[in-house]
Amino acid sequence: MAHDSAHLDLPPVTFDTSPERYHHWKLAVDGAVATLTMQVDRDAPLRPGYDLKMNSYDLGVDIELADAVRRLRFEHPQVRCIVVTGGVPKMFCAGANIKMLAGSAHGFKVNFCKFTNETRCEIEDATTHSSQRYIAALNGTAAGGGYELAEACAEIYLIDDGFSAVSLPEVPLLGVLPGTGGLTRLVDKRKVRRDVADLFCTKAEGFRLRDALKMRLVDGGWPKSKWDQGIAERSQKIVADAGGNQGEQGIALTPVARTQVRDGEIETLTWPNVTLRILHDKRWCELTLRGPSEAAPASAAGLQAQGATAWSLQAFRELDAALLDLRFNYPKIGLILLRTVGTAEGVLGHDAAIAQLRADGSWLAREIQLFQSRVLRRLDNMSRSMFALIEPGSCFAGTLLEIAWSADRAYMLDDPDAANSIALGQVHAGTHAAHNGMTRLQIRLYGDPDGLAKILAMHGAVDAPTAEQLGLVTRAPDDIDWEDEVRLAIEERVSFSPDALTGMEQNLRFAGPENCDTKLFGRLTAWQNWIFQRPNAVGERGALPMYGHPQAPVFDWNRT
Amino acid sequence: MASIDYQSKIPNNVNLSDDRRLQRALEHWQPRYLQWWQEMGPDGIQEKDVYLRTAVSADKDGWAHFDYVKMPDYRWGIFLSERDPERKVNFGDHIGQPAWQEVPGEFRNTLRRIIVTQGDTEPASVEQQRQLWKTAPSLYDMRNVCQVNVEEGRHLWAMVYLLHSYFGAEGRDEAEELLARRSGDADKPRILDAFNQPCDDWLSFYCFTMFADRDGKFQLHSLSESGFDPLSRTCKFMLTEEAHHMFVGDTGLERVLRRSAQLTLLDPSGDARAQGGIDLATVQKFINFWFSYCLDLFGSEISSNAADFFAAGLKGRFMEEKNYTEHTALGQEKLVTLFKDGKFVDESVALRNAMNEVLRDDYIDDCANAVRRWSKAVKDEGLDFEVTLPSRRFHRHQGVYNGSFFDLQGNPISEAEFNARKADWLPSDADKAYLRSIMHGVYEQGKVANWIAPPRRGINGQEFQYEYVKL
Repeated sequence: MAHDSAHLDLPPVTFDTSPERYHHWKLAVDGAVATLTMQVDRDAPLRPGYDLKMNSYDLGVDIELADAVRRLRFEHPQVRCIVVTGGVPKMFCAGANIKMLAGSAHGFKVNFCKFTNETRCEIEDATTHSSQRYIAALNGTAAGGGYELAEACAEIYLIDDGFSAVSLPEVPLLGVLPGTGGLTRLVDKRKVRRDVADLFCTKAEGFRLRDALKMRLVDGGWPKSKWDQGIAERSQKIVADAGGNQGEQGIALTPVARTQVRDGEIETLTWPNVTLRILHDKRWCELTLRGPSEAAPASAAGLQAQGATAWSLQAFRELDAALLDLRFNYPKIGLILLRTVGTAEGVLGHDAAIAQLRADGSWLAREIQLFQSRVLRRLDNMSRSMFALIEPGSCFAGTLLEIAWSADRAYMLDDPDAANSIALGQVHAGTHAAHNGMTRLQIRLYGDPDGLAKILAMHGAVDAPTAEQLGLVTRAPDDIDWEDEVRLAIEERVSFSPDALTGMEQNLRFAGPENCDTKLFGRLTAWQNWIFQRPNAVGERGALPMYGHPQAPVFDWNRT
Repeated sequence: MASIDYQSKIPNNVNLSDDRRLQRALEHWQPRYLQWWQEMGPDGIQEKDVYLRTAVSADKDGWAHFDYVKMPDYRWGIFLSERDPERKVNFGDHIGQPAWQEVPGEFRNTLRRIIVTQGDTEPASVEQQRQLWKTAPSLYDMRNVCQVNVEEGRHLWAMVYLLHSYFGAEGRDEAEELLARRSGDADKPRILDAFNQPCDDWLSFYCFTMFADRDGKFQLHSLSESGFDPLSRTCKFMLTEEAHHMFVGDTGLERVLRRSAQLTLLDPSGDARAQGGIDLATVQKFINFWFSYCLDLFGSEISSNAADFFAAGLKGRFMEEKNYTEHTALGQEKLVTLFKDGKFVDESVALRNAMNEVLRDDYIDDCANAVRRWSKAVKDEGLDFEVTLPSRRFHRHQGVYNGSFFDLQGNPISEAEFNARKADWLPSDADKAYLRSIMHGVYEQGKVANWIAPPRRGINGQEFQYEYVKL
């Protein structure tokens, strides 16, 4: 199979895994407490060419972590506290594998960091919204990405053994930045004073418990002899504070399977509710979501019985899989045309049922909505151009309408002969926040608060001219103009510089104030991407290629 | 605390009486050090007079003074070998620059780590050995363990001097930590594993001073090549004392082996244990254990730290200046035998990254010389027995062989095979219990325990029967 992956001769990256197949993590669930133990198999890297020494990680390790975090929410909803700890002596986690980074193409590094960031955000999301509190039990040194993983947890404990430390050695050791939110979370989340953070981020070996505690880098710690007891007592306390084990029964997250057919330049990936049609020579693709064909579940028991096959969950899991496929396995595809097929009533019916069940206390309904939100945020974060194409027979309604608003542009056909409408639902008022905490509608109408209020009071179908007039779509060409206008937009878009487009889109997509997450995905990533391209990091004598090699790096001392 | 009379209390050649920064640091640290010494130094012999050597100057002739002293009154001094004002950085990327008299900022953390790691071994060994004097086979040996301990204490001072003088507040913190960690402690262990192993019998003590202190010799030598001049000069002087420690180990093992040979011959069935001695096989097991454990101290065979240390000019090779003509170690490679998927693979490693292995090679050669002498000593007693060193792959817990299993010759074997043979190759609990059963202190002048031969000569020209400790 021909492939656009950064590693041409290697099989595509797959995100399908489950605990019994993990190489690097152990997931143990004991009532309301789960323990996630990182024990990286050094001989099982995702790609050949590096050993995963000292509990360092690559994408393969993080794919398993993401899987575990997701399964904890759906399969073990009774869990209230997750202890993240290390399974090798003296080293909790040494961060991302340097040799892997040094040997990876730029695009892969960016997507690797984006995915790991999304997983860290998912950990925080679980703590905030699902009462699943993560605590980092650092039973050894947490360096770089190891400490960043700890920062994603709600609490950090460090063993007091006179040896183990926390550190962010990227600047002094590697000439790059901590790429998984380490800097941002330090000052924004943990509120470490900025000059203290400066000291921390420039000391390669980091700080042991006593100093780390003073500097707010950790929340506590115990000596080895009291360690297990300390962690156990803390996790029991967390469970008790959360009301104890409620005995929720989980559902099984069954595999999300797809078929793949290549016919000349056209490749089609098909899931039950999602089709991804890739036009390799044209460098764009069509991503089509099917609305529900069956009635929405009427009760919590009904939803529970449907489990992973509930449309609201399954369709979004498939969308998630398609987005990751695009990111890692089809880097040359620059434009995604977003389509939907189905009825607005069907989507709104499922949305309403899930919202009602959540309001009635269904944990599964809550988790499904939260999951949909995360997938929509992953969509927002695609470094591809996205156009929504709204045509007769589509179902851009409620949650699926959010997809159109995630896109850079939305084209809606104004066809006098065929009814074509979008449909407003309940979810636009705040169910699915973007990374900056605002709704997509708020972002879209940042300069039109009156219009926003008016739209929020509306429900149901909106035709093309109205949608265009209200600012809900970009353009509403009629049937005579439609074909040409859409074709020209596509052809023009795929002709622009992909780098400029990525930068432009990221600047335009997130109007409004910043928060920890937006800084992390915007500011941090932008700087990291710049640094990762510079000779000081990746040149022949840059810090990354020289790391672990006999010669010291050579820097260009000019500051920009 | 009241001001210290520096000149008389702390013999030094670092101008301590005029160095206020160092005084301030030491005023804080010295009482803690003495408290540590009382808690963790030799237990129950602190008030006795011991015939000890004290370093009183850095002169090549007459640097030491011998006299009876109670250990807490030992004058732990600070000595650096003489400064060569013309000295240059002699290897690495900064070759040819004047040797650094202050720590270069960019190497500060790395240097501190090197010094802390070295410094941590000094108090560790004192802690490991604190009960040993009680079961000493003679007053001569009792004095030697005390001597070794006070000098390890002085070596701690030497490293603390560097931390106090060149590393500011962080250095002072690290100096405190050196007193806070404890050998073998579950919560605050010493940094290196070999220094957390119990050393509670005399065979272990001789092995320790033979093998672990010999590691120290090679580490100190490579640090004495350092471009950071105070470290270089400190280590050079430490080496003069370290020589005696290795002498204690080397001759101690030889004495045990000679006596074991004698008792083997004496016994009708050739069983040294039946004669109250130690059989040669047991001695060999202790050698296997300590040699393999000490090989770990050199670090991983392929090491970016080692490369960085060399590149920076902080840690050279053994006799870098004397034995080598090329000092950048660039564009050269060393073959390192790896064990991957059950097979040996020779890998060409950039020489700088293989510096740990280069130093380990020199160490192994040095140990092999001693082993040849011991074998000859055994043969001279009339017994045909060859003392050997195990393969460098045997029983390793660090580096490329960690996690795989090898026999004494270095052939790969299964974990099950290793465990089945373990008691033949390494000291068992029964062996240790046996040693404890025969090792009772011999406190009478001129007498020696049955399991060991007396030394060929005494200390500082004295007779063996000299009263080395006034009990």
